[in-house]
Amino acid sequence: MTIKYNNVYINETSTITGPYEASGPLKKYFDKTYEDLYFKAKTWEQAEIKLINESIDMVKSKSNIKDVDILIGGDLLNQIVASSYASSKIDSSFIGIYAACSTSTLGLILGANFIENKLAKNIITFTSSHNNGAEKQYRYPVEYGGPKPKTTTFTTTGAASALLSKNKKGIKLESGTIGKVIDSKTTNVFHMGAVMAKAAADTIYTHLKDTNRTIDYYDLVLTGDLGIYGKEILKEYMKEKYDINLKNYNDTGTMIFDVENQPVYAGASGPACAPLVTYSYIFNQMKNKKLKKVLLVATGALMNPTMTNQKLTIPAIAHAVSLEAI
Amino acid sequence: MKDEYQKIVDKHMPKEEVFYNAAIAFITGGMMGIIGELLIELYQSYMSVPAKEATVCMLITLIFLSCLLTSLGFFDKWVNFCKCGLIIPITGFAHATQSAALEYRKEGLVTGLGANMLKLSGAVIIFGIIGSFVFSLIRTLVGLV
Repeated sequence: MTIKYNNVYINETSTITGPYEASGPLKKYFDKTYEDLYFKAKTWEQAEIKLINESIDMVKSKSNIKDVDILIGGDLLNQIVASSYASSKIDSSFIGIYAACSTSTLGLILGANFIENKLAKNIITFTSSHNNGAEKQYRYPVEYGGPKPKTTTFTTTGAASALLSKNKKGIKLESGTIGKVIDSKTTNVFHMGAVMAKAAADTIYTHLKDTNRTIDYYDLVLTGDLGIYGKEILKEYMKEKYDINLKNYNDTGTMIFDVENQPVYAGASGPACAPLVTYSYIFNQMKNKKLKKVLLVATGALMNPTMTNQKLTIPAIAHAVSLEAI
Repeated sequence: MKDEYQKIVDKHMPKEEVFYNAAIAFITGGMMGIIGELLIELYQSYMSVPAKEATVCMLITLIFLSCLLTSLGFFDKWVNFCKCGLIIPITGFAHATQSAALEYRKEGLVTGLGANMLKLSGAVIIFGIIGSFVFSLIRTLVGLV
């Protein structure tokens, strides 16, 4: 399903990252980077809460506002605790959402609906992920060094927030496509690119069909976190299944790290990955008029260790937003 | 029957360097064996420990060292490089247990550390005991014939 918006703008954003992202190629575009993965907190989980709060405070101070009507956000931790705990310190209505690594675009779409229909004046959407928190919850203890396959992705550490309102400033949020849950019949927990590429293809196709556009309409199509192998899978599958040639295309999972020289296997993942790249580097390109229309398709593997242990396949989802420079 | 999508996934599946990994594990695993032997010799010759106890002393030394290096934060990189060269020997068991202990120590002594310390290595203990029972049984039966 695709919804069109006439008066929704992303006025301001904030991006805060950890040390691995800071050693990557996009460092100069981030608002703030930390050298320590604890972010001066006691545990990984508390570090993530701190990251979210800092990112929300930053977007507020950058746009000179004290209060927002609604906060919409989510993260990867069980019961989205980082988001809930972070929101407990803020005097705004809160909607907690979970869509794995596609949380960022889902948040933007939900927020845009409130703004477009004049139900709220301003909204902050946020997402976060913490590499060590995610490793601990989904895989092995952080200090365990068991080898991983090349298709494994490396969870991004960081938080990103965006302020939405009807004021014509920043980047226009032109439309949004809410994805369907797609099961690509993959069971490999170390190959999230393969799990999610089919969902990304479905959402891109649906978006183009609903809006009556061709792929050339966009200067850049950006997927969430498919990684280097998932990216190739998507390109070939789009061509075979829908006859769509992804030319001006990239994947944020392959952009945030130096995939050749950093120990990140197939690239980056995590709810923070897509917004960190988009709100920093991509928005910079859009404001400098190097890009005008961008389709951001954040992808999420709806993975749960209990279900994968029961040998079930992993479902995935992708939500798309169409962004325009003004 | 694989569908169209699965075929594309398989096509883009990177090849793991099986032979290179096996060679690294073979060499580093062999080196672990040499270190173990040297330690046994050391305990026997210089500290006059009897042969049987010297083996136990060697195991304890290796367990201590892998736990210490895991806690200091760089043993995971060695394990990642050496792979089964460090995972199969006693060092792998100690590393798995210690890394889980470190991870959960902030969630309480009983509910965190106690409940989760054997998260990775618990299976080794269970199937180690079952395995040794089965093999002892086979040995006893074969010995009877």
